[in-house]
Amino acid sequence: MHDVLIIGAGITGVSIARELSRYDLKVCVLEKEIDIAMGTTKANSAIVHAGFDAKPGTLKAKLNALGNSMFDQLSKDLDFHYRQNGSLVLCFDENDLDHLNQLLQQGEQNGVQGLMILDKAALIEMEPNLSDGAVAALYAPTGGIVCPYEMAFGMAENAYSNGVEFYFENKVLDIKKSNAGFTIKTNKGTYESKLVINAAGVHSDEMNNLVSDSKLSIIPRRGEYCVFDKEVGSYVDKTIFQLPTKLGKGVLVTPTVDGNLLVGPNAVDINDKDDLTTTQSGLDDILRRASLSIKKMPSHAIIASFTGLRARTEADDFIIGEVSDAKGFINAAGIESPGLTCSPVIGIMVKDMVVDMLKPQEKECFNPIRKGISRFTELNDEDRQNLIEANPAYGNVICRCETITEGEILSAIHRPLGAKTIDGIKRRTRAGSGRCQAGFCMTRVLDILSRELQIPRTEVTKFGGESKLLVGKNKEDI
Amino acid sequence: MEQRALICIGCPMGCRLEVTIENSQVVDVTGQSCKIGNTYAVKECTNPTRILTTTVEVENGYPEVASVKTERDIPKGKLLECVKELKKIKLTAPVHIGDIVLEDIANTGVRVVVTTNCDLVDK
Amino acid sequence: MQEFDLVIIGGGPAGLAAAVAAKEQGIENLLILERENKLGGILNQCIHNGFGLQVFKEELTGPEYADRFINLVKEKKIRYKTNTMVIDLSKDKLITAVSKTDGILTIQAKAIILAMGCRERPRGALNIPGARCAGIFTAGTAQKFVNIEGMMPGKNLVILGSGDIGLIMARRMTLEGAHVNAVVELMPYSAGLTRNIVQCLDDYEIPLKLSHTVTNIVGKDRLEGVYIAPVDENRKPILAEEEYIPCDTLLLSVGLLPENELSKKASVKLSPITGGAEVDEGRETNVDGIFACGNVLHVHDLVDNVTEESYIAGKAAVKYLKGLRIQSDRIEVKAKDGARYVVPKYINPRNIEKSLDLSFRVKDIYKDHYLSVYFDDSRAIHHKRKIMAPGEMQTVKITSEMLNAHSLCSEISIVIEKE
Repeated sequence: MHDVLIIGAGITGVSIARELSRYDLKVCVLEKEIDIAMGTTKANSAIVHAGFDAKPGTLKAKLNALGNSMFDQLSKDLDFHYRQNGSLVLCFDENDLDHLNQLLQQGEQNGVQGLMILDKAALIEMEPNLSDGAVAALYAPTGGIVCPYEMAFGMAENAYSNGVEFYFENKVLDIKKSNAGFTIKTNKGTYESKLVINAAGVHSDEMNNLVSDSKLSIIPRRGEYCVFDKEVGSYVDKTIFQLPTKLGKGVLVTPTVDGNLLVGPNAVDINDKDDLTTTQSGLDDILRRASLSIKKMPSHAIIASFTGLRARTEADDFIIGEVSDAKGFINAAGIESPGLTCSPVIGIMVKDMVVDMLKPQEKECFNPIRKGISRFTELNDEDRQNLIEANPAYGNVICRCETITEGEILSAIHRPLGAKTIDGIKRRTRAGSGRCQAGFCMTRVLDILSRELQIPRTEVTKFGGESKLLVGKNKEDI
Repeated sequence: MEQRALICIGCPMGCRLEVTIENSQVVDVTGQSCKIGNTYAVKECTNPTRILTTTVEVENGYPEVASVKTERDIPKGKLLECVKELKKIKLTAPVHIGDIVLEDIANTGVRVVVTTNCDLVDK
Repeated sequence: MQEFDLVIIGGGPAGLAAAVAAKEQGIENLLILERENKLGGILNQCIHNGFGLQVFKEELTGPEYADRFINLVKEKKIRYKTNTMVIDLSKDKLITAVSKTDGILTIQAKAIILAMGCRERPRGALNIPGARCAGIFTAGTAQKFVNIEGMMPGKNLVILGSGDIGLIMARRMTLEGAHVNAVVELMPYSAGLTRNIVQCLDDYEIPLKLSHTVTNIVGKDRLEGVYIAPVDENRKPILAEEEYIPCDTLLLSVGLLPENELSKKASVKLSPITGGAEVDEGRETNVDGIFACGNVLHVHDLVDNVTEESYIAGKAAVKYLKGLRIQSDRIEVKAKDGARYVVPKYINPRNIEKSLDLSFRVKDIYKDHYLSVYFDDSRAIHHKRKIMAPGEMQTVKITSEMLNAHSLCSEISIVIEKE
């Protein structure tokens, strides 16, 4: 019997897990995929929002600025990349200046610090590559960028090291209320828990609807993005939003914390919660709309495109709290933007609810610190030399574009909740995320995974399930 | 009399050949830059041949398969049969360029030889 | 820190030939740095035949061709390090490399030859929409799986792009038991050698769909199929004529890019057209004492041409080290009407002993057109060529007599003319 069972190992689930790992509780996380951060967490704008966007009074508004303020310390404790680069909301029409001012006031009401309106001259001085069409902007110095999956790995590994259990490839099929709590049936087995926390992302409606009569409905909303080569990664320094107009919310242009440039997303409601395809029209659309913001769209430097799904609810706000007709079942549902920014506070909110219900003891041995993978590229030559002397695998460069060594890949595989797939290696180390998109390192990473996990190469997958890369040996079908 | 247009595969130039055939015999070839074109045209119109390059398994070797080739061109129609015959073969590392894999593949009278060096590796 | 007269970055066909040439010209203190576990570069996985007709007057496979040069390197006792990746290079010719055995290695060179080769354009460069499932590989990655590891990346394929590796892989996969549905090419002509269309596609009745492209990729975990469609004259897909092909694998052979990240770090000026360095007749870049040859300079069709070019770079590097290179009054060579680029971009006439080959590519297919070379406005060469295609590199020889006759000329240009 677990005290708390969390459904979903996205950023919401693992943030909650980490908060709960401070207490003397038996906690587990069930994840239907093979790894952490496989849903919305892996495919979003990677922005730590300042907090001016949400309507005052909503949960989003209440949590955003607070969440933002936690990133600096968290990124140090959990060793993930975060940069407070600031954000700009561009206004393209003098007639919209009022609207820009309203946004500033809304931000201040939400507790966002340091907001100011920049005129054109100040704007161009700050960001010389912005398009001439921008007439003014709202500047939010607290806006930031983060690697969302790296953050999730940090949270999850830290939670695991503090005693939280993780069960992957466990898809929840049914949840039944029992005397002591809940019985959760998955494709792999049955789990018992006093409390259940629903952090199932785009599937959080299905989980809620298994236990409650007050039904939720999540409409997956597709957002498409293009990632650009690092050669144009500093084309802009701030995250560049567009002031929402009657024509739409606008798309952003932002550097990523890893040094690429990111453009997107659009917003298209779809039916299929597993549909992560990109579309020609969508990609064309985001590139066209983003070109309003910057002088020249460096389309030649696109290295990848992807789709993310937001867990949108009709309420247009987060749904966090115990379900009234299923005591002990706590929703953390409808966590769409700014969910990533709010996730540390959501963790605390839900933890408070659990503490209230179960009254656990705080652990004395809780360790808030997690050490990430030593990144070869970020070291000076002396440190590199020391690292190679201690472990020669750091002298073997596997991914040439990002200069990722075998040592980092081995660390990714053998650390707590280590990588089991090609994408798992990619998200933990960046091997394969550079300009050649794994053309060079895929064969090598596959060999290392096969060797270290002691599985045949034909069993190595891109991201679990049937996503195998090799289908057999030469001449098998001759 | 029959005219056939061919592209010579004798070298990367890819000469465009015009071949005149009479009573199943090649009587004229034009468009070639060298004598390879002639030979190719005659063979291609009477008994087309190719060099086969493929791999065979190597135990404990790196590369894990050895690349091999037929020493001379073999009838095009026998390519698949040759591949089938090579499927049955397993070499043991180390192997070297020029090692003979088969003396006479698929009754063509042609040898199959190794074209790469595979070192012995500890697995 | 170690010191060398000449360091060659890359131990593929370009680096090996450059090293051999430099050693033959009397440079003893030279080093080849290779990131793979053996010398030979991409040739080691190119197990098909067709290499060496120019250089060795016989037809060899890739590994055999490489082996000839590896043996020369060993015979000549040229030093090399494998499993060694160069991670930094400065314009002062300071090299930082890394390996398991040496750790961080810093080397000061007096001259450097860049011979890092090229890489394949990935899916992202085309921004093909659709699923991001398993089963999409560049042709070269698939080639490594099949020819080095003996593993099949798929059994039912579509190949996008008709570059030579794509064509070669169509045959390789077929001979290993896979089914190749089609090779799909955006342009109205193939990017590969004509003979490869004959012996890799026609022989196996694999359709080549010119003026077509992949418009969508379908699959959840593993690829399930692709949509292809013809394209109009602006290369935009005609979606009304879209067609679905079920398959488990999509191979991409959509172009090669010279791999010049290190060159950029050393402030080497690159051509926006070739993606390689702008060099003179000795393949010296704008950075004093840094040379480039092979596919890192511009993508070649034939390894024989890479070898020839690398001999030139190797010899010129030696001249540089001996203080015998003359750099004065260089003439710019331009690719004009119909010609896309030309290598070298600059000529120092006093370095030319007898003659010099200019390598260039055309922009389109030209049948029965003239290839002309102008020295300023004066036409010195006017040859009719039956066919010139973008997929087949052209060369033209200019002689020292021509250069002498136009000694005051400020520009040489290559022009494709109708008459």
